[in-house]
Order: sequence, then structure tokens, then C-alpha cells
Amino acid sequence: MALDAEAVMKELRSTYTSGKTRTFEWRVSQLKALIKITTHHEKDIVEALRSDLNKPEYEAFVHEIVGISSECKFVLKELRKWMKPEKVKTTMTTFPSSAEIVSEPLGVVLVISTWNYPFYLSLNPVIGAIAAGNAVVLKPSEVAPATSSLLSKLLSQYMDTSAVKVFEGGVPETTILLDRKWDKIFYTGSGKVGRVILAAAAKHLTPVVLELGGKSPAVVDSNINLKVAVRRIISGKWGSNSGQTCVSPDYIITTKAFSSQLVDALKDELEKFYGKDPMQSNDFSSIINSHHFDRLTKLLDDEKVSGKVVFGGQRDKTNLKIAPTAILDAPDDSLIMNEEIFGPLLPILTVDKIEDSIGRINSKEKPLAAYLFTNDKKLEEEFIKNVSAGGMAINDTVLHLAVNSLPFGGVGESGYGAYHGKFSFDAFSHKKAVLHRTFAGDIDARYPPYNPRKLQVIKALLSGNILSIIRALFGW
Amino acid sequence: MDRLEEGLRKTFRCGKTKEVGWRKAQLRGVLKFVEENESKIFEALKQDLGKHPVEAYRDEIGVVKKSAENCLNNIEKWMNPKKGKLPLLLFPSKGEVLPEPLGTVLIFGSWNFPISLALDPLIGALSAGNTVVVKPSELAPACSSLLYSTIPLYLDAEAIKIVEGGSDVAEQLLERRWDKIFFTGSPRVGRIIMSAAAKHLTPVTLELGGKCPVILDSFSGSDFKVAVNRIAGGKWGPCAGQACIGIDYVLVQQKSASILVELLKNCIKRYYGDNVKNLQSICRIVNKQHFERVCNLLEDPGVAASIVYGGSFDRENLMIEPTILLDPPLDAQIMTEEIFGPLLPIITLDKIEESIDFINEKPKPLAIYAFTKNDKLKKQILQETSSGSVTFNDAIIQFICDALPFGGVGQSGFGRYHGKFSFDTFSHEKAVLHRSFFLELEPRYPPWNDFKLEFIRLAYSFNYIGLLLHLLGLRTPNRSR
Repeated sequence: MALDAEAVMKELRSTYTSGKTRTFEWRVSQLKALIKITTHHEKDIVEALRSDLNKPEYEAFVHEIVGISSECKFVLKELRKWMKPEKVKTTMTTFPSSAEIVSEPLGVVLVISTWNYPFYLSLNPVIGAIAAGNAVVLKPSEVAPATSSLLSKLLSQYMDTSAVKVFEGGVPETTILLDRKWDKIFYTGSGKVGRVILAAAAKHLTPVVLELGGKSPAVVDSNINLKVAVRRIISGKWGSNSGQTCVSPDYIITTKAFSSQLVDALKDELEKFYGKDPMQSNDFSSIINSHHFDRLTKLLDDEKVSGKVVFGGQRDKTNLKIAPTAILDAPDDSLIMNEEIFGPLLPILTVDKIEDSIGRINSKEKPLAAYLFTNDKKLEEEFIKNVSAGGMAINDTVLHLAVNSLPFGGVGESGYGAYHGKFSFDAFSHKKAVLHRTFAGDIDARYPPYNPRKLQVIKALLSGNILSIIRALFGW
Repeated sequence: MDRLEEGLRKTFRCGKTKEVGWRKAQLRGVLKFVEENESKIFEALKQDLGKHPVEAYRDEIGVVKKSAENCLNNIEKWMNPKKGKLPLLLFPSKGEVLPEPLGTVLIFGSWNFPISLALDPLIGALSAGNTVVVKPSELAPACSSLLYSTIPLYLDAEAIKIVEGGSDVAEQLLERRWDKIFFTGSPRVGRIIMSAAAKHLTPVTLELGGKCPVILDSFSGSDFKVAVNRIAGGKWGPCAGQACIGIDYVLVQQKSASILVELLKNCIKRYYGDNVKNLQSICRIVNKQHFERVCNLLEDPGVAASIVYGGSFDRENLMIEPTILLDPPLDAQIMTEEIFGPLLPIITLDKIEESIDFINEKPKPLAIYAFTKNDKLKKQILQETSSGSVTFNDAIIQFICDALPFGGVGQSGFGRYHGKFSFDTFSHEKAVLHRSFFLELEPRYPPWNDFKLEFIRLAYSFNYIGLLLHLLGLRTPNRSR
């Protein structure tokens, strides 16, 4: 079916102009419909994710399905409050007056999603768009076709299709969509495509949120509960879609003295999680497709790195599986240290003093997340102060995503804009400033012809100082 | 250019701009600059735009002073982390949002308020702890030159650079990589800026313009006179109509049109005089190119025929008389483009409510001004139109209300500043989650099984009682489908 973008836009704009999507009732009905999708079709969703990513049922449930239903429930609870205008304080300068900030939808928005959490990362921004009262088009990733197709089917079944649409397809369809004028574009994916999206958005002055990625480092200090730390690292790396997660710990930095303990602990806990042969474990995802499989094996086969594997390295091309693998001290100019890995390979870099890790991290682009495992308060403070990243977690990985009172977004190469919780509502809203004035107390000093006395009054008004205002008004 | 950017990045890396002491010193430096150079600033603005000192103080010096003082009073509060509420499930843990500077930022000033539109964003960038390049507009050369020569005497020259020049210099700057670009100007140039920024994934704030309308309801008495005073002041007061939030045109009911025109004529004569060769207290047009552009708007015969006051100009001094037009053709350029000059079209309607559809047919403007006592109309305007801001019963003054965000939507731009919004616009809000090693949640980890799955179901619905029962083995799983 050819994508008639013009007809689509016309319909969506007409729906939006009718005012339907702005009502509280409409927004609630759509959010409730999304919850219904997650409860009535859990099996279908798990099935699609197994088909696309060989994702274990637990990950499908915990990382994707529950994320959507709990976010919808949270928004339903808070939405009325968020929709209210926010009163703000005015000063003597504009007395008498009252002011407020009114949240209004932007209009018709486009959400372009990605393949690694194809259900969650498609619907989470859509929740924000709907909560803020917009009409929305979702373009799921064609790299996860079963989920894309399921989203298209379920959303057209449960949602108000005059305002919420799904368009499937790849680069050609996305290009057609990007040619239109949107009131906002929300993109999750790579920096390379992010640049293409921005260039298209620039033609229409469309504001954009870019949720990209980067090499998220995890610094591991020595004086810690190593077992717990390692379990949390494994959970964030191999327990999150086999490392194909924008906030997975990409690489580790630890001291030379501690590295062998760390490697041993990783091996022990990995065996507890996935058994002696992780390639056989059902609890461990596959690589999404052969293109990425080849990309990852190339990183491993790089001659600068191949001799430094300390565990793992096995691969199964038929089943697109790569074992949890660690590499010790990959050189800075190796491929694996110069692109986001997005897979189950974990470089471990060693430094003399743990404080040196900060400089190593800052020599690279700002990542989406940075992690530190330590009990040393001073190191923690230095790390937080001097490392710039989208978000951080101390003594854990990935979990900061689940806290919807914290904004989730990047900085620098990892993107800009943020969402989750109220930040999603804000991301898809225009915050309109409203000032209410009366006709009382009109000051003639505002108007020409100007003279020194009027200048005094203006100076006093701008200072906001009531005494000088009174003095100036009385000509003292 | 290379050295410029590298130098600023080096300064940023050394960490001094992050210290609150440094930021406050810079803010005090900006204050001192405007205080100690007031007469030089008045002189430069007179040269570039014919701006009267009272207007110059009100719109430029006073604005900068107020911003800098507001920042100084609040910066510690703004720099503090904000606590985030965490679910019990994650106990013990702590969450916060920490503002941090973006790094090295680029600010493009504009020519109509060449001092405040360069320094106000600069205040925001400095309060957030960044190093900064400011490129003032070359169309206001005296101000650009004053900033270039004098700012380094007041601010840390290793961290703040003023770069003069035209579009060629702007192009060179745009090739570099910045951590943020702040642009005030036209949508046309805004597109160029955003396209250049796309290559480096640089976030951008665009403060653009649009046709800012006035909706003038019909009501009687002295309040109507006050309304017209404010409309006149809001049209010709800021830079002779060359202002992004300046009033562009007025929508009024047919029955009130003639009284409006009469009152406006009186205002013009009172405020500015009626001889184009000797107008007082009003700016001139910035240059020949814009002068011709504005005059050309009157070339259309239908437009010329609708002039009810003014229409004359003094080419030598680049002065255009405050001009009122009554119902010019709606498809003429004067009604389809942002005027940015002292021409005021008045469009008459049968019912004032029609103004809403009229406005909605045009791109979203930076500001809408509505003079009315009718609460129902106010509500309708708020809900059925979209603009950067809405001001009831006044004009322009929303600009000095620091508690309100100042920015556009749609074609009038995106992003915002003023007050704390300036600090935020130049900051990255970093989320930080603090966890301890204590209290591990076993069901987080593989190998997975039904017990762990049920645990997570209960956990995500924050069903703590159910969770407790489940852990104690006292609960049968309830898998709802």
C-alpha cells in the first residue's frame, strides 16, 4: 500500500483542528486502550518479540510490556494535574497583573522508533504524545518486522485511527514522512540517522527530540560488594537484550590491580545466570539480524583485539548468537573502542588509579549513560561533577530508566530532549506564557514624548523595587 | 576560527566556568558594563537605529540589568540539584536531577535590539556555566563594535568572545561544532542555522517572529482609550515596529473601526509628531534594504488606497511615518508577511470572535495581544489559538516578566528563555540515581522462572502486599488476560 502522506496529514490536521484530541476524555480513552492492548495481547507481543529478537519471555514482559502499562497508569493518575495551567509569580514591574503557563498540544507529531525494544520504544513516546493532546503517527522499525506488523494491527484495532496512525516501512517510507511538516518529531536510534532527521526537520523548523546512544562506561572501584555489582552489570549488559540497549554498560574501566578479580566474578555470576554454555540458554537474547551479527564479529576478529579475549568469543551464525564475551585492554584505536558496541562484547580497560577513569571517559563523546560502582564518596562526587552523560546511576546500571521522576535523554552525541513521566507530557507540549493585565493604573511614563522624569519611572519599574517606584511616580 | 573554538573548549575543560564564584563574577561584569557605559550604549543605539535613550533604557539596558540581577539573586538556587521521588521498590536509593553546562555555545544577536538580544542570552549561557561566542548583528555596526571593544574589559576573555562580521563569518562559525546555538532572527535564516546544526547534532533555540496580531474587542469608556494607547505604544514604541513581539496588525469589529483610527491618530501626533522630517521618540528603519522592503509593501495599489493616515517617508533619514491602513487586501504582501516596520493594518470583522479563525489561518505567531473584558472570549482565545504567548489588555510587557518563558511555537520558533528558563536553556539536566549494595532483589536475575515473573508483575503494579505474600509463598499467581 503506497503511503499517501498528503492525505494522511490532511486527515490528522483536520482531526486535530476539531479539538477532539485536546479533551481530557479522549486522552484517557486512548491511554486506557493502550493498557487493554498490553493485557489482552500479552501472548502476541511476547511471540512477536521472540520472533524478532529471540527475546526471553521475562525480558519481553519486564522491559517492554510492563513498561507501557505502568507508564499509562501513571499518566492516567497525574494527567488532570499536568493539564492545569501553572500559576507563576509576577513582580512589581508588571503590577497589577497575573500570569500563568498553559500547556497546549503541538499539533500533529511523528514518532520514529527503533528495533531493540520495538514495542516499548514505539509506544512510550506515543503515550507522551497522546497525553499532551496531539494527533500522532508512529513509524516502527522495519528491522523488527513482527512487532511492527503487530503494532499496526493492534493500534488500528484499539485506538482512534482518525488521530493515531501507524505506518510501516523502511527508508523510502520514512523519507516520504519526513518531507511533510510535523509539529514535532521524536526519534530513537543512531546518530547517523539522527542527522538525517534533523536536516529534514530544519526545512520546516520542526522541533525534534533525539534519543541516541553512545559508549556508556561503567567504572568499577575495588572496595565494593563485588558480587552484587557484577550481577547488576550483567543484568544491564547481557540481561538487557544481549547488550543491544542504548544504556547498556558498553565498556568497563577498573584498576589494573582489581581486573582479574572482576573478570573472575563476572565468569562466576554469568555461569549462575546462563549455565555453563550460555549459547544454549533460553534466557539470553540473540543478535537482531545477520548484518549486526557480522558487524559484531568483525569487532571481535579485529587483530588488535582477538588475542585479548578473556572469556566467551563463541558464535553461532545460524542462530545469530554470540556468547557473553570480555576483552581485556583493547587498544584505544581498535574498532571496538570507537563505535557503540550494541552487543554482548564487553571491553575491560584498566587504569593505574581509579580516578584516571574520569579522564578516559571525557576523552570520548558524551554517552547516554555513565555508571560508577564505588563506596568512596569523594570518587562519587568527582565522577558526578566531572563526567557529562545523559543520565547516571551509582552502584547500578540501567535502572534509572525505570524512575519516571527522572528525565531520560542524552546530551551531545547521545542526543537532546528528554522524556518519561511528566517529561514526556512536556516534550510534546507547548508551554504558552499568558499575562493578564487590567486597565487600571496606566502609567503615562510608558508613552512618548519621552523626558528625564519618564526615564526615572522606567528605571524604577524595571528595578522592581517598590520604594523607588513610588518615589519615581511621585517625582521625588 | 579553529583556535577560537579550541581555546574556549580548553577553558571549559579546566573547570573554572562551573564554579558559582566565576559565574557570579561574569554576571557582575555584565552589570558593570551596562552601568559604566550607559552613555556610550545610548550613543551607539542612536547611531544604529535612531533609538531614543528612554526606549534604549527600557528595551535594552534595563532589560539586561534586570536579567543579570535576577540571575545573581537566584543562581545558587538554580544550580542546586532537584530531588526526584523514587518508588519504594527501589529502596534504598536516591534520585536527583543535576543541571550542568553544555560546554561551548554560540549566540547570534539581532539588529533591532542589538545590546539586549546579545547580552540577555549571554547572561543565560554564563549563569549555566558555559564558555560563549557572541556574534552581534553586523546591521547594527556601532553596537557590534562597542560590544567587541568593551566587553573583554569586563568579562573573562578566555571564556567569552565577541566575533564581529556578516554572513561569511556566520557561515564559518556554523561549520564548527557547538554544544548549543541560540539564534534570534528570521525564519529564513533560522532554517539555515538549524540545517548547519544538524550536521553536529547541535541543539538549537530559535527565537523567530511572525505576524503578532491584536484582537481589540469593543468596549466603551476610558479603558478603550487606555487600550489604544497601549496598542500605539506596542506598535511604534519598540524600534518603530521592527520587533519580533511588536504588534503587526489589529483585528477589530467594524463598528469600532473609526473611533480606533481617530484615537490612534491622536496618539501618533502626541507621541511622535506629524511631520515625517521631524518625528520624535521613534526609531528609524535600520538600513536602505529594509527601508525599501517596507516602502514596497505600500506599492500595491489596493494597499495604497487603504492608507488612512501617514504613508510618507524621508528616504535620506530612513524614516517612515507611522502609518495606519484600513482593510488592505488580505492577499497583499503586507498581510502575508511579517511587516517589521511602522505600518499598522487594521482589519475589520463583523464579530470579534471571527478573529480566532483569522489568526489560525496564519502561521503561529510569537505573541497574541487581546484587549477585552469578555471572559468567555479570553477563554476561547486561549484554547483555540496557539502562539508563543498571549497577553490580555496590554502589549510587549510580557517581555519583562521573568517568571514567564519567552519563546515561540511553530514558525515563530522553539526553545525559550528569560529568568530561570535562560539558565535551563543552556544547561543539560543530568539524571542521577544513587543505589546502595544493600538489599538485593533476586528476581532481577536469570535464570528466569514463573516465580520471578510473578514477582515482577506485582512489583510493577506496586502491589507491595501481594509482593510480600508472594515472597512468603502465601499467594497463588493471578494471571489476568
